[in-house]
Amino acid sequence: MKRARLAAILPFLVLPLVPLLDRNNSHIDFLANAGAFIVLALGLNIVVGFAGLLDLGYAAFFAIGSYSYAMLASQQFGIHIPFWVMLFVASVIAAIFGILLGAPTLRLRGDYLAIVTLGFGEIVPQTFLNLTQYTNGPNGISSLDQPSLFGRGFGFSATPYYEVMLALIALAVFLASNLQSSRLGRAWMAIREDELAARHMGINTTAAKLAAFALGASFSGLAGVAYAAKLDLVSPDQFQFNVSVLVLSMLVLGGMGNIWGVIVGSFTLSFINGFLLPQSTNLAHAMHLNLDFTNYRFMLYGVILVAMMLFRPEGLIPSRQRQAELREAKLDPALLAEEQAEYTGGAR
Amino acid sequence: MDVFLQQLVNGLSLGGIYALIALGYTMVYGIIELINFAHGDVYTLGSFFALAVLTGLGVAGEVHGPALIGVVLITVLAAMLCCGLTGVLIERLAYRRLRNAPRLAPLITAIGMSFILENVMQLWRGPSPVAFPSVIPNPTLHLGSIDVGAKQILVIVTAVVMMFALQLFIYRTRLGKAMRATAQDRDAAQLMGIDINTTIALTFLIGSALAGAAGFISGVYYGTTWFFNGFEAGLKAFTAAVLGGIGNIAGAMLGGFLIGLIEAMATQYIPQGAQWTNVVVFSVLVLVLIFRPSGLLGESLPEKV
Amino acid sequence: MAPLLRLTDVRKTFGGLVAVNDLSFEIEAGGIVAMIGPNGAGKSTVFNLITGVYEPTSGAIDLDGATLCGLKTFKIAARGVARTFQNIRLFAYMSALDNVMTGRHSRMRASLFDSLLHTPGQRGEERRVRERARDLLRFVGLERQADDYARNLPYGGQRRLEIARALASEPKLLLLDEPAAGMNPKEKSDLIELIRRIRDTGITVFLIEHDMHLVMNVSERIAVLDHGEKIAEGAPEVVRNDERVIEAYLGRESTAPH
Repeated sequence: MKRARLAAILPFLVLPLVPLLDRNNSHIDFLANAGAFIVLALGLNIVVGFAGLLDLGYAAFFAIGSYSYAMLASQQFGIHIPFWVMLFVASVIAAIFGILLGAPTLRLRGDYLAIVTLGFGEIVPQTFLNLTQYTNGPNGISSLDQPSLFGRGFGFSATPYYEVMLALIALAVFLASNLQSSRLGRAWMAIREDELAARHMGINTTAAKLAAFALGASFSGLAGVAYAAKLDLVSPDQFQFNVSVLVLSMLVLGGMGNIWGVIVGSFTLSFINGFLLPQSTNLAHAMHLNLDFTNYRFMLYGVILVAMMLFRPEGLIPSRQRQAELREAKLDPALLAEEQAEYTGGAR
Repeated sequence: MDVFLQQLVNGLSLGGIYALIALGYTMVYGIIELINFAHGDVYTLGSFFALAVLTGLGVAGEVHGPALIGVVLITVLAAMLCCGLTGVLIERLAYRRLRNAPRLAPLITAIGMSFILENVMQLWRGPSPVAFPSVIPNPTLHLGSIDVGAKQILVIVTAVVMMFALQLFIYRTRLGKAMRATAQDRDAAQLMGIDINTTIALTFLIGSALAGAAGFISGVYYGTTWFFNGFEAGLKAFTAAVLGGIGNIAGAMLGGFLIGLIEAMATQYIPQGAQWTNVVVFSVLVLVLIFRPSGLLGESLPEKV
Repeated sequence: MAPLLRLTDVRKTFGGLVAVNDLSFEIEAGGIVAMIGPNGAGKSTVFNLITGVYEPTSGAIDLDGATLCGLKTFKIAARGVARTFQNIRLFAYMSALDNVMTGRHSRMRASLFDSLLHTPGQRGEERRVRERARDLLRFVGLERQADDYARNLPYGGQRRLEIARALASEPKLLLLDEPAAGMNPKEKSDLIELIRRIRDTGITVFLIEHDMHLVMNVSERIAVLDHGEKIAEGAPEVVRNDERVIEAYLGRESTAPH
């Protein structure tokens, strides 16, 4: 047990040193962005992976986190809450919205729940877009407050943001893995398996599901603040449906329910998006081929989703339980009746 | 009042297109309980196929005289056929294997298919909206102070005719009966000797073909098409299907027209309405699913313990 | 002293169908009571009414004098009612141990805060609950299958696991819905012994069963349901010879002299 924990902590001791080894700011910038999406993926993993609630509108909470920072730490309204406090404030605001937007979905079946979350996922950024007097509409809010630590501003370097993302990831991993092996984690698993039986265990399924929405949303509050501060711009087009699908694809690719799987899936997609596709395009152009691979981005997401669902639904690094769940048929009363007949027949 | 009636007409023609798309959603959901996310993109594909045919025929504007009928027939049939086959292909490749998987797997797959289709169309015709020939002359009828375009009448009439044709098919033919049986109880239908795979494929064929027709009509009506149309239109058509009662054909028609009307009225009567129509329609979706998921014409089915 | 469980004129209709018809029934604490009756008599419905899956159309259900009507299932479970299901409802892809630990949910005190941070209190509680779960698995004879997926247990093992899971919450009242279904004779006699051991720990057992031999053997009192109504009640020998009971099971012809 201790070795696993050591293995988990090690990356977080080594990774902060990367900017010392790689002086290329654009690399660190990429890593920082990828880090934000890892936090997002870990948050969605709580909702979809742990609690089994398919949320197709997760970008809405990302938007809420980012816009909270844009409105409470900028010239927009003259409010200047410090970055570090905003991390906390935004995650609470996002959690509240998680409950507000999650509550109506609770009595719905899986696919209807997904569609309602998709609906909310459309309504939220559209609302930010339309309320121009508060949000500057399509132009978004910029010139956000610069975070500072011990009196020194973050400046234009990506490194401080990278370090913040690492810290947020560490926090997210800590909280998520704690949740998974706790009373609440078991409750989520039970609800996923058989909600009626779960209630008979004394599990308040409504509260458990709302907790999943709230906790998942709070992660995107964190990511939203850090990302907004780094980008220095928040606009509605950053939070469209394709962002929700991107984060979902990260889970599907990496392995829903498995924290390390999710991190791998998230980083892989960020890498493909931010590195592989542009570099391949450069390579193609160097070979005088007029191909722009970044135009194939959405096809790639689509293919990943379809291929994974068809051939490896449990993801690249599955949680043991999910793999068993998705591969074998579920506990089936008809199957049981069959076995039952065998037993009683044979015993005579 | 006149403004209201004008918007009524606008809403009905808008709704006619949604109704045609909604029919496909409702049929597929009725038979395999899958929300075919890619269906909206099949609709857009219909307009793309139609555009390709029209370009091939050298049509750039309106067509007059007897040639019009020929052009329309060829284009519509081509669009319907290509879309129908696309739908069947998607079902065969992506959905069939997941028929017994937990419900979320086919839904995620459908989203993936939707993305693939959208990207394909983006690569086909570019990221910006593309002009679509007018094809059908559009004289305006002046009924009092309301202007009704020929195209608007066409849309509404086509939608209604298609629905009746579909109802006839479902309720008067053997294949239609097979579809209904499969929708009600797949295993029993199979035991009765119904070929499930063919029946489901047929459902996709018809639903997608209708979406293809809607795509052609939409291109003609709006004069433009865009690779990303299907996402929004698809969601709104799905809202229509749910509003009318998912699985119910008349419901899809009713829902389609209602959503069209809601959109038209919202645009007119809400300040800066055009911006808020999406929020309004999606709010309808959310509200219907939460408070009356069986829709207007569906039956409420309690969950069995 | 108030009976542990009291049903008073409980009625449950589903549309036009009357599933339970003005049923009145009491169970004293600390015994083994059985409910029998032909298929479709409404027995599982009674269980579902007690645990809050359905709400009675009319009538009252009390546990230790406090009403259960209108309470949500999870609250009723916390009050001390646990059950097994006719069509086994285990958490298939959780281990046997995890299933039993989940059974203890209502008695655990870890808050969201504790779960998020794995406070020392939470860790201690988890340890204790895990130990207790192992004890329960031992109690039903499944200690070696603790880490197996519930789904992979043999049929009889699954039934016993469901019982262990139900016992995890230290219930006052244990409802067993056809616990012997599909068991062979050896397993059934083990089950009788298990039920007695459960009763000896102070838990009241209320079971639905079809196996007459088992029911007559293990129960102290039996109630007979037919078409949603109680047609007989009393000690096993009394019920066994009751005319109405025989008729309900075998039909009119049985009353003809042989």
